[in-house]
Amino acid sequence: MEFNLIQIVPELYQLLLIVALFCQSLGDGSDTPPAERWLPFFAAFGVFVNIVSFNAQGLIFGGAYKLDALSQFFKLAIAAGFYVAVLNASRQPSLEERKRPDYFMFLALSAWGLMLLSSAVELITIYLALEISSYSLYAVIPLRSVNGKGVPGAAEAAIKYILFGAVATGLALYGFSYILASQHTSYIAELALRSWTWSGQPMAVVGLSLFLGGLFFKLALFPFHFWCPDAYQGASNETAGFVATLPKLGAVVVLVRLAVLLKPGLEITTLLAVLGACSMTFGNLCALAQKDIKRLLGFSSVAHAGYIMVGLVSGTAMGLAAAVFYALAYVAMNLLCFWVVSRVASDGRNLQLDDLNGLYKRSPGLAFALGVGAFALVGLPPTMGFMGKFFLIASAWDHGYNWLVITLVVNSAIAIYYYLSLVRHAYTHEAGEDVPTPDNSAFSLFGAGILAAVVLVLGMVPGRVFDFAILAGKQLLP
Amino acid sequence: MEFGYPVLTTLIVFPLLAAAGLFLIKSPQVARVYTMGASILELILAIPLFTFKHIADWQFVERAAWVPQWGLEYHLAVDGISYLMVMLTLAILPLCVMCSWTYISKRVKEFHFCLLFMTAACVGVFAALDLVLFYVFWEAMLIPMYLLIAVWGGDQRRYASLKFFLFTLAGSTLLLAAIVAFRITGGTFSIPELMQTNFSFNFQFWAFLAMALAFAIKVPMFPFHTWLPAAHVQAPSAGSVILAAVLLKMGTYGFLRFCLPLTPAASEYFAPLMIAISIASILYGGAIALGQEDIKKLVAYSSVGHMGFVTLGIFLFNQRGVEGALFQMLNHGIITGALFMMIGTVYERSHSRLIKDNMGMGKYLPAFMFFWGLYALASLGFPGTNGFVGEILVFVGAFQKSPYIGALLVPGALLGAAYMFRVTLKMAWGQPSSAKTWPDLNTREWAYLLIPALFVFYIGLAPKLFFDVIDPSVEKLVSDLKSRATVEQVVAAQPAPVAVAAAVVPVAHAADSPAQPVNN
Repeated sequence: MEFNLIQIVPELYQLLLIVALFCQSLGDGSDTPPAERWLPFFAAFGVFVNIVSFNAQGLIFGGAYKLDALSQFFKLAIAAGFYVAVLNASRQPSLEERKRPDYFMFLALSAWGLMLLSSAVELITIYLALEISSYSLYAVIPLRSVNGKGVPGAAEAAIKYILFGAVATGLALYGFSYILASQHTSYIAELALRSWTWSGQPMAVVGLSLFLGGLFFKLALFPFHFWCPDAYQGASNETAGFVATLPKLGAVVVLVRLAVLLKPGLEITTLLAVLGACSMTFGNLCALAQKDIKRLLGFSSVAHAGYIMVGLVSGTAMGLAAAVFYALAYVAMNLLCFWVVSRVASDGRNLQLDDLNGLYKRSPGLAFALGVGAFALVGLPPTMGFMGKFFLIASAWDHGYNWLVITLVVNSAIAIYYYLSLVRHAYTHEAGEDVPTPDNSAFSLFGAGILAAVVLVLGMVPGRVFDFAILAGKQLLP
Repeated sequence: MEFGYPVLTTLIVFPLLAAAGLFLIKSPQVARVYTMGASILELILAIPLFTFKHIADWQFVERAAWVPQWGLEYHLAVDGISYLMVMLTLAILPLCVMCSWTYISKRVKEFHFCLLFMTAACVGVFAALDLVLFYVFWEAMLIPMYLLIAVWGGDQRRYASLKFFLFTLAGSTLLLAAIVAFRITGGTFSIPELMQTNFSFNFQFWAFLAMALAFAIKVPMFPFHTWLPAAHVQAPSAGSVILAAVLLKMGTYGFLRFCLPLTPAASEYFAPLMIAISIASILYGGAIALGQEDIKKLVAYSSVGHMGFVTLGIFLFNQRGVEGALFQMLNHGIITGALFMMIGTVYERSHSRLIKDNMGMGKYLPAFMFFWGLYALASLGFPGTNGFVGEILVFVGAFQKSPYIGALLVPGALLGAAYMFRVTLKMAWGQPSSAKTWPDLNTREWAYLLIPALFVFYIGLAPKLFFDVIDPSVEKLVSDLKSRATVEQVVAAQPAPVAVAAAVVPVAHAADSPAQPVNN
């Protein structure tokens, strides 16, 4: 297909933002408007750009880069998520003024990498896009300061993230070499035609498992999750809000593309299912004991990574669509929760559960939004979390992994306790001393209200959005 | 729509709109009046329901696509089984508002928001005919109930609300798995269509277990009942009223609507177990109630016993048993709801729920004691009250099934009389520690206690209207169950002689009373 610049306008636009931020970061910032002032408007325009180019089609750059329903759907979701993350970070109290352009540049770069990732259909391209999105996050995590001094915890979190990321990357590359050696191609479309049984191609199966490891690191799936709670805890609330949400979209889109290789019954599919089961059980059990809200949400995201596996292993278009929808739901729910966390911790501290005490009095709007977010993460109707979970279960039942479905529902029961404790502290405990003053500005409440409305409305009438997810799924597994 | 508006949808949506409207109101007193007005308007909107025809068909049907990709439908309708439950839900709401008038003094707006939200969800549960829609309402109702207990409850409200939430949600997660399994195996989420489908026994076995766990926790049946006393005691009185009158009914409604029609063979198979558990609930609930010092706890345990009668009636699989179960559901809602309102009334005076702090009220509060005595008699099934109608039907059903089951019920009924008399005698004539200056019932209290009293006598003395409503649906339920369970027995993969034997003697335990014809 003829390459046409118009096809990749969203990526180019994002690149433009990065360049602009880069230029701004070169100066001392005295004669340019602050990044947090202008970027939200341009990020919002980015969402619009993505809507306009929603129907782009094509296979370009030598067949390595595919524009289809799936990629455009995810690019739109990433752009929207980026907009929310930028808004969220624009009032970051723990970020020095002069570092802001750099901070936002790295965020934009990471989002750009994720956009590339959602179109990549060749293993090296996937790898490169994955690294672009990871490297920029390595730099963002330690950017946290209190009274002008760096926070040691943030540096520790960054080191952990880098070390884990480096190991996972190494594993992925190593696995890639095995895949290339045994299957002689790195294009997913061709790989899909090869055998992936253990008896036929043991080397390729090992290779793919290792390669998936790199993605699991992004997704924080057991046993690649160890960085997750530590990194969330160390990073500032707003940074954690970004790290916890958008990169999962990137990981899910690649997993969905690779899912064409994962026929039910294959050893590697079973491995994925087992990892998913371990991930949800381990994540939920660990989360039960957490007091720090970001750690709690960190373990919760480990559990949710496991839930997404349920859709991927079913090997049907509906399963993929369910995984896509759930990833979207996950991002929306977590953006909502992190939005509330960032607004409540207006002094940039790490929120403990006790800091939420009496939130309903100090900020009824934020308390309600937190309630919506927590009940959505539990999977209670009428929220997006319920619909997402329901789609996962419905798509995976009777495709050989019923035990995984049962594990999922049992895990939802375990998870109630800790999500409920968010609501419990906000609504039933009275505020003690030294609780942070929540941000009750119109900006804060409006953002929380919009995100809560998204979570509720898409929970009640998910049909339209799910149509897009099905379109994407059908295209991969007709 | 013959009434100009979709009745059931309106009954669900109107409370939600009214609840949203509460946020515009500042003053607590206005919020109370507003909610009272909304609840009466809700009753007025329900007037078309009185045109309910006495047949077994689905009525007031509303059907629309919801999520067509998965075949989810927005499908509402009522039949004789759900009709009375919807009515009960609607009638309870104004009573709850009235009995919280002075009881709730903090965060009044949010309280009434929860009540209205709750009503919408409860109507939805009883009217939904799509499994997922049902599940959505079923779970949605947990959130307001949790808040009612956790925010407006007593000293241990956090413990009680958490226990309530964990028990009920944990139970219903497997229900979701069962719902999905029904869809994959039966091809649809529509309950009326699934009722026509025959599932293999193995499937029914697991589906029944998954559903029964959720419903048994909700009822609650004997080993799963521990959340109930905690929740009842800690909840504010309106919360207890809704909990007793409506929420518990959802469990037994689930048995009637799902377990019996969808998994008839498994229901037959598990019936002895369910009957045993029901009897255990009756005896255990009664025995524990006998030893309580806290009035509210006593009524809570008596609920366990009364709901045992309901589940027993359901699993007797005969006309009288199921009728008795439905009557008992309705009656328990009226009587126990009223008893909880009375406890709230007296708590506002004595600020204690202990029997020893509320003694000798025959002298100080004669009107109060009159109502208490009336509801206590109704609760133990005194002839002439509605409690009698329900209990006698279950008794008849039980003796039809087997004299042994009937015999085991007798001590249960005696226990009911024992604990109710014990507490009532102390409350009426016990020696109070000090002279009381409490005022007797005021007009508002008269109003909300008189309304249930009318129903106690109406159902107790002239139950025909209610029989007319429920009978066609119950007959259909029982006959469907009989025919389909028999078919299942034949279809089940058995060697031919066994299958024939199974067809001749439909159920093994029916052999206990082979000589008795089914005496309808």
